[in-house]
Order: sequence, then C-alpha cells, then structure tokens
Amino acid sequence: MRVGLVVAAVVVLAVCASAGAAQAGGGFSADVMRVIRLEDHNARVVLLGTGLLGAAAGAVGAFALLRRRALMGDALSHATLPGVALAFIVSVAWGHGERSQGFLLLGATVTGVLGVATMHLLERFTRLKEDAAMGIVLSVFYGAGVALLGVAQRMPGGNAAGLEGFIYGKTASMVSSDAVLISAAAAVVTVAVLVFYKEMALLSFDPGYAAARGYPVSALDAVMLGLVVAVTVIGLQAVGLILMIALLIIPAAAARFWTNRLGVMVGLSAVMGAMACVTGAVVSALVEKMPSGATIVLVAAGGFFVSLMFGTARGVVPRFLERRFLGQREARRHLLRAMAELTETAGTDGVARRDLTRARAWRQGELRAAEGQLTGEGLMEIAREGRVRLTAEGRLEALRVVREHRLWELFLVRYADIAPSHVDRDADAIEHLISPAMMAELERLLAAEQPAPAIPPSPHALPAPGGTSTGRVP
Amino acid sequence: MNPFTQWVSTDWWIVATAATCAVACALVGCFLLLRKLSMMGDAVSHAVLPGLVVGFLISGSRDPLPMLVGAMVVGLLTAYLTEVVRSSGKVDEGASMGVVFTTLFALGLVLVVRFSDRIDLDPGCVLYGMLEFVPLDTRTVLGVEVPEALLVLGGVLAVNVVVIAVLFKELKLTSFDPALATALGVPARVMHYLLMTLVALTTVASFQAVGSILVVAMLIVPAATAALLTQRLVPMLFTAVGVAVLSAVVGHWGAIAVPRWFGMDSTMTSGMMAVAAGGLLAVAVVFSPTNGVAVRLGRRWLLRLDEAMEDVLATLYRDEEAPNREVRRDPLAAKPMLRWVARMLLHRSGERAGGGLTETGREQARKLLRSHRLWETFLADNANIRVDHVHGSAERLEHITDAPLRSALAKSAAKTDPQGRLIPPEK
Repeated sequence: MRVGLVVAAVVVLAVCASAGAAQAGGGFSADVMRVIRLEDHNARVVLLGTGLLGAAAGAVGAFALLRRRALMGDALSHATLPGVALAFIVSVAWGHGERSQGFLLLGATVTGVLGVATMHLLERFTRLKEDAAMGIVLSVFYGAGVALLGVAQRMPGGNAAGLEGFIYGKTASMVSSDAVLISAAAAVVTVAVLVFYKEMALLSFDPGYAAARGYPVSALDAVMLGLVVAVTVIGLQAVGLILMIALLIIPAAAARFWTNRLGVMVGLSAVMGAMACVTGAVVSALVEKMPSGATIVLVAAGGFFVSLMFGTARGVVPRFLERRFLGQREARRHLLRAMAELTETAGTDGVARRDLTRARAWRQGELRAAEGQLTGEGLMEIAREGRVRLTAEGRLEALRVVREHRLWELFLVRYADIAPSHVDRDADAIEHLISPAMMAELERLLAAEQPAPAIPPSPHALPAPGGTSTGRVP
Repeated sequence: MNPFTQWVSTDWWIVATAATCAVACALVGCFLLLRKLSMMGDAVSHAVLPGLVVGFLISGSRDPLPMLVGAMVVGLLTAYLTEVVRSSGKVDEGASMGVVFTTLFALGLVLVVRFSDRIDLDPGCVLYGMLEFVPLDTRTVLGVEVPEALLVLGGVLAVNVVVIAVLFKELKLTSFDPALATALGVPARVMHYLLMTLVALTTVASFQAVGSILVVAMLIVPAATAALLTQRLVPMLFTAVGVAVLSAVVGHWGAIAVPRWFGMDSTMTSGMMAVAAGGLLAVAVVFSPTNGVAVRLGRRWLLRLDEAMEDVLATLYRDEEAPNREVRRDPLAAKPMLRWVARMLLHRSGERAGGGLTETGREQARKLLRSHRLWETFLADNANIRVDHVHGSAERLEHITDAPLRSALAKSAAKTDPQGRLIPPEK
C-alpha cells in the first residue's frame, strides 16, 4: 500500500516531467505542447493542484467506499453550504465588505463537521439507517444554506455573487495559494493514511471485530470522516460540489474492480484520481467550452467504465470469460463420459447424436461446441452421418473421466449413505473440482474393492441408446 | 402577534403549492425509506440535467413538455444504470448511485456549456426553482385563478395517490421482503421500477415549479419523521403527509419571520421549508413516544428514582432492625441529589416525618430486604460466590424480584442469610 502511494506520487510527477521532453509543433499541437510542458505558470498550478486533489480524494474515497459510506461526501459537501453563507453574512455584518477565503473555508468546515456529527447521532440514537441519516443531513443543511444565501443576497453592502462558485467550482481560475492549500491537504491526508493504515483497514472490513479488539472505533471513524471533510472542503472550490462527490466515489469504485487487496486498491484509487484530474484539466484547457470540473468527472467515469468491463479482479468481461471457460471444461467431461457410457451399454462403433442429446439434455449449440473441442483435441471423430465415435486416445481419456465419476459415486454410496439411484447427480456436480490429490485419496479408500486400473461398474442404470432411458433422471 | 393574519392570498397559494409538492414527495418517500433508497431523490434530481438540456435542444424552446419528458427519461435511466452497475459490478448501492448521478450531472454541465449559445438555461435556476414566483403564473379554473404549478403538482399527487392505493399490497410486500414477494409471484423488479418512475415523475415535475431542494428534503425528511413516530405502514404514510403539510406552512412562515428577528429581509421559502422539516424531525427524535431520546432518558431516570426510593426504605429498615449497631453505609450517600428527591417523594407514603418508617413503608422495606437476603443465600449456596462478595449482586437483584420469585428462592433457604441475619418473613 505504501508502494501504491509512492506510485501515485511518481505518476503525477512523471506526467509533468515526461512532458518536458516533448517538442513543440505548430497550431493545435503547439497548444497541446504548451499545456503539457507546463510553460505557463497557471497551467502548472492547475495541473499540480488538481492532480494532488485527485490523489488525496482517491485514497480517502477508497476507505469510505469500503466502509459503505460512499455517499458521505455527498451529504458532507451539501452540509458545507450553510457554513459558507453564514461566514459571508457574518463578515459582511462585521463590516468586512470583501470575502476572505479562509473565513469562508472555516465556515464550511464547521458546518461540514456539524453535518457529519448529526449524521452520526441520528444513526446512534434513532432507528434510522445510514441512507436516511445522510439524506436528512444533506437536504436540511442544504436547505438552511439556501435560506442563508437568500438572506446574504439581499444584504446591503455585500456582494454575494460568486458564492455559487463553491457549488459549481472554478478549476481554471485556481491560483497559487489554492494549489498550496491543496498540496498541504494532500500531504496531511497521505500522512494520516500511512499512520492509521492498519486501523482504518480493520475499521473498513470489520468494525465489530475492531471494537472487540479494543480499538477506539468511534475515534477512528472520526479520523476517517475528518479526512473526508478535509478533502471535501479543500476540493469544493476547485471542482465544485457534485464533482467533489464524484472524485471521492468514482476512482475508488473503479479501483475495486482491479484488485482484492486493500493496499493496492488505495494506491490504485489515488493514481486513478490523479490521472482523471490531470487528463480532465488538460482536455478542458485545450478544447473550447469544456468546463474543467465536469470534464474531470467524465474522464473518471470513462475510467470507471473500462474498469467495470475489464477489471481483472471483478470486471464483467473477465468474469464472463472465466465462467465460460469453466463451462467448456465441464461440457468436455460430460461429453466424454456420455460417449463412454453409451459405448459401454450399446457397444456400437459409434454413438448417434440423437442419443447424446437425450442423455444429457444438451442444447444443439452446446453439443456442437463440446464436439468441436474434442475433435480439435483428436479425441473424437465422425463415424458416419449423425454418429460420432471416440478415437483410441479419446477412449483412454473418457475412461479416466468415467473412472473418476464412478469412484466418487462409490464413495458417496459407501461413506455418505446416499442411495445408488441418487449419486449420479451429486457426483456430476462435484467431479469437475476433484484435484489429483483427492483422486489419490479416493483410490486409497476404495482400493479394497476397486484395484487401481479397473473401471468400477456403475452403481446405477445407464442410459441406453435408442431413446429408452433406463431409470435415469434426464 | 399572529403572523398568519398578515398573509395575503399569494402566501396561501405558495403554501398550497409547496404543501401539494411535499405531500406527493412524502408518500413516495416512505417507500424509498423502507427500501433504504433515500438518496435516490437527490441522485435523480441532479442526474436529470442532461435530460433537460436534450429536451430543450430538441424542442428549441423553453416549452416545458419536451424538457419534462427528457428529464423523466434520464431520471429512469439513473435508476436503471444504478441497478446495472450494482448488480453487474457488485458495487454497493450508494457507490453505484454516486457514480451514475455524478457522471450524468457532469454530462449535463458539459452540454449546457457547449450549447450555451443556443440554450438559455441556468443550471442554478433549474435546481433552485422559485417558489416565490409560483403565484405569478396562473390559469383560471372554475372562475378561480390557480397557479399553474399547483395544477401540475396536483396532477402528480393524484397519480402518486392512485398508484399507491391500487398497488398498496404489492408495494408494501416488495418493500419489506422482496424475496418473499418474488416467491409469491409479485414482481419485485417491476415494483422497483414503478416506484422509480413515480420518483422521477415527482422530482421532475416538482423542481421546475418549486426547486429541487424542497423535493429532495420532502422525499426524505417527512418519511423519516413518520418512521420514528410509528411502526406501521399506513399510519406512517398519514403521519408523513401531516409532517409534509406542516413543514410547508411553518417553512413559509419562517422564511418571512425568522430573518426579521435579525433585522434582515425575508429569505427563500423552499430552503426554510427544508429547515422546518428538519426541525420537526428533531422534535420527533427527542419526543417520540416510543423511541424518543427524551422519553428513553426519562424512563431510565424514573427507574433509577424508583430504585433510590427503595434503597432509602431499606436503609431505614436496617436502622430499625439494629439501632445500636454502627452507622450503616447509605447506598445513596454518593448521590445526594437522588437521595433528596427520593426522600421528598417518600414523605408522602413510606417515611414518617420524624424519620421513621410508616406501616406501608415498613411492609415494602421488609419485602425488599427479604429479597436481598434470599438472593445472598442463594448466591452463596448455589453460585459458589464468596460470602463477602454476594452483597453487591443482591443489591441489584433485589429491585427486580417479585413475590413468586421470592417464594421460589425461599424453598431451599435457611432462616438466616450467610451473615447470620434473619431473613424477614413475606407477611
């Protein structure tokens, strides 16, 4: 996990550094180069600031996601609005006509923390669930914020215009002091995550166990929430309210698809957050009329979609392929066994496809696919029209499969007290998962009645060709 | 001063519109709360932005119908995509909702900016809505000038009421136990999307009229308040409706009155209505007759007071029993306040003014001491606890021991307790 964070930092720097090596061209590419090589100060500030913000949000978001508090950022960022408005009203009432950034941030932090505390109290002292508690804090605090903004806008001597910037963000106008603030916050978050890594991991996966081991769960929860508050408040004015929520959720959710290990996930989430922010900021700088915050979110969402589809740990495509591969292996074994058993009962020089279909209730496509597999391996061949037979090699393989199946059946009959007429299906389900070691164990157990190379007779009736299934459940 | 006397018809129209919206939301919100989908209202209300923009682009005007349809479609899409991401990616509900709605909102923002020369659409305006302007846009119905927003919201409310009334059994079953519902042949999935359709319809129709803050708040807060006050679904629905109406009235009053206390002008009604709903929730949290914090605390305190009174009686009885022995440790010595209250109450019944026990008090104290010593005997004999350790446990158990339990304990007990003191008779 430490490695992950280091990687995150390196990537952010690498994006900046590698750009320096590129050469400037003309026209559009000149623009691209100018942005990427960070020639103007503003671009440097914006890229560094958003990148660090993305990394910090990604790392914190990973923990929040695992703690099932993904939407916490949503409630929290809405809860900062009354603080901003109140701070504005107070500063105007005291006669400071202009807004002081620090004071507004302080206000945002205060009501943000209040919101989180309210959420916690509602969950603790009432029957309301997390989602309701979040929704209540979100809507009531935001409503209060809107009401206060309404007052602020009608105050004499104050210019409330631009307070909405806190809601929609203004990445492009980020200045050095903002970047400094974000860097500081990112540093604090990184240190906190490193220091409390073990505790937060425990808290994310099993809060009950953490409490039983004597960890101060409430205090740790407060630390985690504090980090979310810090990142949110800092990020609000950079990318805006809704987009801040996205930065806390999307990279973390995307990282989850690639790994089952927490450390890797936190690092990956930070990297993805940073990359989405940097890419989004660059795109919005190059293309006209692309609001930066929204672009960042769309880039992050693109990354999420790719992760959802192709993530190695839980992505849709890898899972689909895995299932398919497993299905193919099972179908191959089933076909081999059906062939062997039909040959055993009928003794013909080939098995009719019709009988095969009946024996296993294959669908046409399934049967074709499994046949293709076996012929491809040289285990099966077409005897004549509508009939197939095993090659010599195929017979050997089929006998091995049948033997495993029957040994397992025998085991079930002998040791699990299952009626011979019922063992076929049970054996069918489990035989694909038997390891060679288990096979050896089975052989040892049943050695007395079945000496090693022999194929035990089936304990139940077998399907016969010609359609009369003898007592077998189709 | 009664603020309502100053209200003109405009104010009443505003309140009526807001209340209609609030009731429509609260009804749907109860089912969202039961399904732990309270954040759905917030998600949908943000996510519909691209739908509004596309509707606007297609129609090329501010004609509300295409925008409404566009928003409805995207609202449903939000629910659908959330479900897709959740089930295909094994992402938890909140996270998948967050991914979907922030992405759609970002898409909407990009569209707004990219087509800014063709669209006169301020996202802020769409999201806030102006409840105050509702009475300006009227239509004459049966000779009365009714705000158009009220008519639209009245229609939405009617749809919600009819759907919920007709499919009440199905909605209830799928909300509480989707697996059972499916087993019984009620399509839980269809019900889920039906509810989401109602949410999208209500949200979209409302926030053009009254702003999204009111919608999001009313989808959650009245339902949560009602859930704290009752455990049954039908009373919950009615309570939620009541809370919704009350928040609308109190909120509008607050928007006018509260800023005046600080010498400022009035403020946004919709925001204050959300705050009012929050206030009502806070009242329910504290004073709910079944679960309220204050009620639970009060009950605990009464119990402690009851025990304290019994302790005082027992101390007095022990003094009577052995007047010459050294002064007993008063169990309430460390709690003078509790002791004082207990004594004040006891003066009425159990304790004589001079300091002794009345007949009733002695009766009660004897039973208490009987329980105490029976427990000490039992613990020493049967639970293998050392004699000098049984007092503490007996001190706690004596308060919850009744006559049948005492007689059961007495069966195996001797006449005296482990310290050799007489166990007083039951009568």
